[in-house]
Amino acid sequence: MNPMTEIAAALADAGGYARDLKSDTRGRTVGYVCSYTPEELILAAGAHPLRLLGTKQAIHRADAHLQSYCCSLVRGILEEALSGNLNFLDGMVFPHTCDSIQRLSDIWRLNIPFGFHADVVLPVKLTTASARDYMADVLRKFRKDLERSLSVTITDQALREAIDLTNGIRAALRRLYEIRAENPGRVSGSDLHQIVRASMILDRHRFRTLLEAFLAKAEAKATPAGTGRPTRLILSGGVCNAPDVYGMVADAGGAVVWDDLCTGGRSFEEPVPAGPDPIGAIAERLLARVVCPAKHAGLTNRADHLVRLVREKDARAVVFLLLKFCDPHAFDYPYLKAALDREGIPSILLEVEDPLPPEGQLRTRVEAFLEML
Amino acid sequence: MAAPSEDKRKVKAVRKMKDIMTTYYIEAKTAEQTGKKVAWITSGGPVEPLLAMDVIPVYPENHGAMIGASKMGVDLCEKAEAMGYASDLCSYARSDIACATVNGGPIGGLPRPDMLICGNNICGTVLKWYEVQARYFGCPLFLFDTPFCHTEFTADMRKYVRRQVDEYTDFLAKACGRPFDFDRMKEVGRLSVEGQRTWQAVLDTAMNRPAPISAFDAFFHLALIVTLRGTQIAVDYYRELLAEMQQRAAEGIGSVPDEQYRLLWDNLPVWYRTKWLSEKFASHGACLVADTYTSAWCGSLKYMDENDFLGSMAEGYTRIYLNIGVDEMADTVVAMADKYGVDGVVLHSNRSCKPYSLGQYDIQRMVEKRRGLPSLMIEADMVDERAFSESQIDTRIDAFMEVIRGRRNG
Repeated sequence: MNPMTEIAAALADAGGYARDLKSDTRGRTVGYVCSYTPEELILAAGAHPLRLLGTKQAIHRADAHLQSYCCSLVRGILEEALSGNLNFLDGMVFPHTCDSIQRLSDIWRLNIPFGFHADVVLPVKLTTASARDYMADVLRKFRKDLERSLSVTITDQALREAIDLTNGIRAALRRLYEIRAENPGRVSGSDLHQIVRASMILDRHRFRTLLEAFLAKAEAKATPAGTGRPTRLILSGGVCNAPDVYGMVADAGGAVVWDDLCTGGRSFEEPVPAGPDPIGAIAERLLARVVCPAKHAGLTNRADHLVRLVREKDARAVVFLLLKFCDPHAFDYPYLKAALDREGIPSILLEVEDPLPPEGQLRTRVEAFLEML
Repeated sequence: MAAPSEDKRKVKAVRKMKDIMTTYYIEAKTAEQTGKKVAWITSGGPVEPLLAMDVIPVYPENHGAMIGASKMGVDLCEKAEAMGYASDLCSYARSDIACATVNGGPIGGLPRPDMLICGNNICGTVLKWYEVQARYFGCPLFLFDTPFCHTEFTADMRKYVRRQVDEYTDFLAKACGRPFDFDRMKEVGRLSVEGQRTWQAVLDTAMNRPAPISAFDAFFHLALIVTLRGTQIAVDYYRELLAEMQQRAAEGIGSVPDEQYRLLWDNLPVWYRTKWLSEKFASHGACLVADTYTSAWCGSLKYMDENDFLGSMAEGYTRIYLNIGVDEMADTVVAMADKYGVDGVVLHSNRSCKPYSLGQYDIQRMVEKRRGLPSLMIEADMVDERAFSESQIDTRIDAFMEVIRGRRNG
């Protein structure tokens, strides 16, 4: 069958998919909220890691707990939990990231009755020896918390297998991005977007099989007849819940050829290194991966990375897709833009919220930007 | 008994505080001439080691409060927005980032920093803000990373933060070009604990009825425990203030004339409307007798050991009010409500401060459930006046005070 059909069906109702998966496999499902979650430990515990990415419902239950100036991602995740859509979860994991997710963890713990609750209080600073040791300490504690909560033993062997699986998925996602960067006609933006989301939601073994099938097809595909080269763009921001953006860019004659997104490049660009101690290796990846603005890895890392991406991927410009009320990203935007300006790289800022504003406004801005280029 | 005259209710220490703060800012602003180094530091940051090395600490957040109180916030926030900073970001950060580029604000900007010391025990915002300033001023940034204590302060956290204390003293030795002064540190640490204790004693005088000091007074007197914590100046000032408050309590002089109702304030002040809010509540005979904000600078005294300041500051600085779970915050609010005998709670939902504000609805419900106390949520911002709707808040305070009165009379 077409891998995209199965992926699209699962994503159309991610909660329903995870619920069915759980009953089919009689397995455990553990929810999480951020790409710093060490999925490998959840997998090694024999559980299914499910990333929560907001809601498609109108938000009203969460209004009793979170003010309107909290981002729609955090409010949406709480809405899903309060509405009972997630009551099949066996537990929930909150890595330390931003101030809003930090408080979401408290509010979840105090209001959501089902499942265990694990805070993974990662360091914010990633540059020192003490932070490195603390990172590994936190992961060891998380391992124990998972073992206790799920009444399992997490062996080093299981961890190594989980690392192989997640590294395999990361390598395949990278290959997918590379195929698209080489020739955007081979992988549509909406397929790319769906596949990346699916990597956080589908059963990981099944996902890996589907992704490899998709890659084989994409690689075999003849280069599409050229209708002119699209304007190559990089997307930068946090969680992308706006698949329409890829379509808008394509309709306006552009193509997103890479990204610096939490639901994108930042989640797969760094593999877990080889090493005798699996926990230490997972810690190394979290320290070395492309940094989220809520963490500190130096003063210009994100700008350096973004400029390097533009050069490497031969992109023409950058589209900042920022979630309204996301403080860490909003603080970085002026300096990132300035770094791009210095290099003569044009950029545009699209501030979005879930649900997106009515079709039209964003489209007009994207079209105008591409025309200007 | 007739209410004490307006003159008698004036706090005499106010004059002295203004002098101390003026001297402090003059010294900071002339540091270049005197050859002293200047560090910018977050309000919850570990200031004591700076004092031990004779570095002048400067507080952008205190500066932010001054900008707010002098109603210069909107102008500076708009400047920051023109620089590309979203209008939803912290208004302290926005006004400070803009101010640094124009040397504006009530004191013509802060002195240029030689180093930046960022403690993230109050929020993640300070990290981003200090990164901005480190790029702008091109000076070193030390991040004191205090893991968030949702439900516990673990041995791993203690080890991590304790190691950072050593990294911090090494950083200062390098920045100052001489070994860290551990002897002086002992004295500074002792003074810091003494200052915190005395500040707590000042706040405790509000247990008296009527309360000789209100939260609005405390917002003003707070400045020294933030900026001069660890100095003899702060200890002496708070001793004097304490004596004055004890005297007032003995004479039955309240902060609010004819105190009828006692309320607790949560979150930062609305700096540009403290006078208006204070008078508004006073017009209902209500005194804000305590608050979660000014007590945050002495809330972790229980973890501090004055004879081993560096050793105990890992825990003391990590387990502060904002770096703990919502339920522990609610416990603190309930304990304060009991201690000060309050009739209700006023919560400032502050758009600028997510770690302080997100969770307030739950705190509100927990306090109502556990103590049956009515509460009022005020939507505003600490510095950006555009988020303040005076007529709406005026009406809501009237309605809230009606409830408080009704409960007393019912």
